[in-house]
Amino acid sequence: MRNAFANCLTELAKSDTSLMLFYADIGNRLFNNLKEIAPDRTINAGIAEANMASMAAGSAMMGQKPFIYTITPFTTARNFEQIKIDIAYQNQPVIIVGTGSGLSYANLGPTHHSFEDIALMRSLPNMNIVCPADSDELSVLMPQLIKLNQPCYFRIGKKNEPKVHKILPNLKFGHAYTMQEGQTVAILATGTIMPLAHDLLIELQSKGINAELVSFHTVKPLDTQYLALACERFEHIITLEEHNVNGGFGSAVLEYISEQPKTPRVHRFGIPDRFIDQVHSTEDARKKAGLTVLDIITTLKNRAVI
Amino acid sequence: MNLEQIAAKIRYTLCDVSSKTKTPHLGSSLSCTDILTALYWQVLNVEPSTPSMPSRDYFLLGKGHAASALYTTLAYRGFYPVADLYQHGQTDSVFEEHPGINSPKGVDTVSGSLGHALSLATGMALTCKIQKRTNRFYVLMGDGELNEGTIWEAAMFAAGKQLSNLVAIIDFNKLQGTGESCEIMHLEPLEEKWRAFGWHTIRLDGHNISAITDALMDAQSYDKPVCIIADTIKGKGISFMENDNNWHYRIPTQDEVEKAKQELGLK
Repeated sequence: MRNAFANCLTELAKSDTSLMLFYADIGNRLFNNLKEIAPDRTINAGIAEANMASMAAGSAMMGQKPFIYTITPFTTARNFEQIKIDIAYQNQPVIIVGTGSGLSYANLGPTHHSFEDIALMRSLPNMNIVCPADSDELSVLMPQLIKLNQPCYFRIGKKNEPKVHKILPNLKFGHAYTMQEGQTVAILATGTIMPLAHDLLIELQSKGINAELVSFHTVKPLDTQYLALACERFEHIITLEEHNVNGGFGSAVLEYISEQPKTPRVHRFGIPDRFIDQVHSTEDARKKAGLTVLDIITTLKNRAVI
Repeated sequence: MNLEQIAAKIRYTLCDVSSKTKTPHLGSSLSCTDILTALYWQVLNVEPSTPSMPSRDYFLLGKGHAASALYTTLAYRGFYPVADLYQHGQTDSVFEEHPGINSPKGVDTVSGSLGHALSLATGMALTCKIQKRTNRFYVLMGDGELNEGTIWEAAMFAAGKQLSNLVAIIDFNKLQGTGESCEIMHLEPLEEKWRAFGWHTIRLDGHNISAITDALMDAQSYDKPVCIIADTIKGKGISFMENDNNWHYRIPTQDEVEKAKQELGLK
């Protein structure tokens, strides 16, 4: 997905001179093409993410539309207060890109995991949050984020994420995208966990449950229009994310649904409230976190959902 | 009215507004009054009638708790009436205790959390270089503010990019919130520190308006960012406030305001 980001930005920056990139000394060679077409707008900010966030806000105040880019914890948590004041409060159109989000860099340990970033960004007024599931979702949504001209958090993966759509999806910022219509049970997933959501759909189908599968690429603003209807249509809503079950996408869904007149049960699946360490791969880490089809089915059985 | 007299009027108004609106940080505001006077009367390309003029210079207040010093300077410079200052800190006032997004004309950025302004200005200065614009950027920071790590991140970056359109001014009054700045952290030798970070460095008396003006004009002739270390006195101009850190938070009584007025040579 990071290659798709670099390619997309390079393409857009050719005609839009307001676009510029600050990156915190990562992505060796990733931005070579961008550097070629816009050398003065491709800025290595050094390993100084807090300064990078404020500089981007300053750049936006002078009329640019900057991106800041590094590994997720360093571009969301390390510099959170700069994002809060300089970007969100001042309402500057900076796009904060967290690459390798969730468990993408599982083997690098908790320093490089990000299970708190959605929670942090959700708590900021003016902030929009978009989590593409694959490179197609990224390339469809990115021009829309630029057009938005507002603070944005763009939570992306690492590389070689499996494609989740057969054709380029017609995604619209702020609108959930239904990949498979169904009844009784809806699976709402955001970001790179989508293939697991798809596997879960297949498993439920094999048990005779025609579940609905939805890509909730936009976490904030939450598509409450979809959710309001979902409250009428479903008995169970399953949320899936590679993020702490507390404070993330599932929490956002639960908060909304809990205040509706008809409330389906909400089952949140994500990272349990603990650090995940001593793992060698994303798959390994997901197993430790209980983020497998088998674990989810077991929980759903225990809760008498299926 | 000469610049020293303007500064005296600003100091008196700071005391009176603080007393009447019960807003603190008088000591911090008094220490940077002469610096702001030099900037706004002698150096900055700003027009009170067109505060958003695209070619203007930008002033960023790093030490946001000295907001009243900035608000009062702008009032005397003609951005809005001095009488408006008495709304400071009141409900729905644009004069918030720390400058917010609804700040009055002439205030360009939010401030209050220390260590942001130099980074913001660095991004602005870099962008103007890319856009081939001639605006200049001036940042006023407290010595306590230099405790923040982001200052040094920005300092390294700005020097690395040779941002000659950027000037940092340190209001070095030797006192921060709860103690002596040089005891709380190892600040000195401050000139050598900024020089080592790649900045052209000037040290001067932060209450000598003509010396500050000369240095700020001279700052335009280097091919790198410039740091002016201004030795100042917290509470400057009012004997019973000078170097007394209680005035970081204390509010003067009206009797004290009258005494200050006399000391400042105002009728």
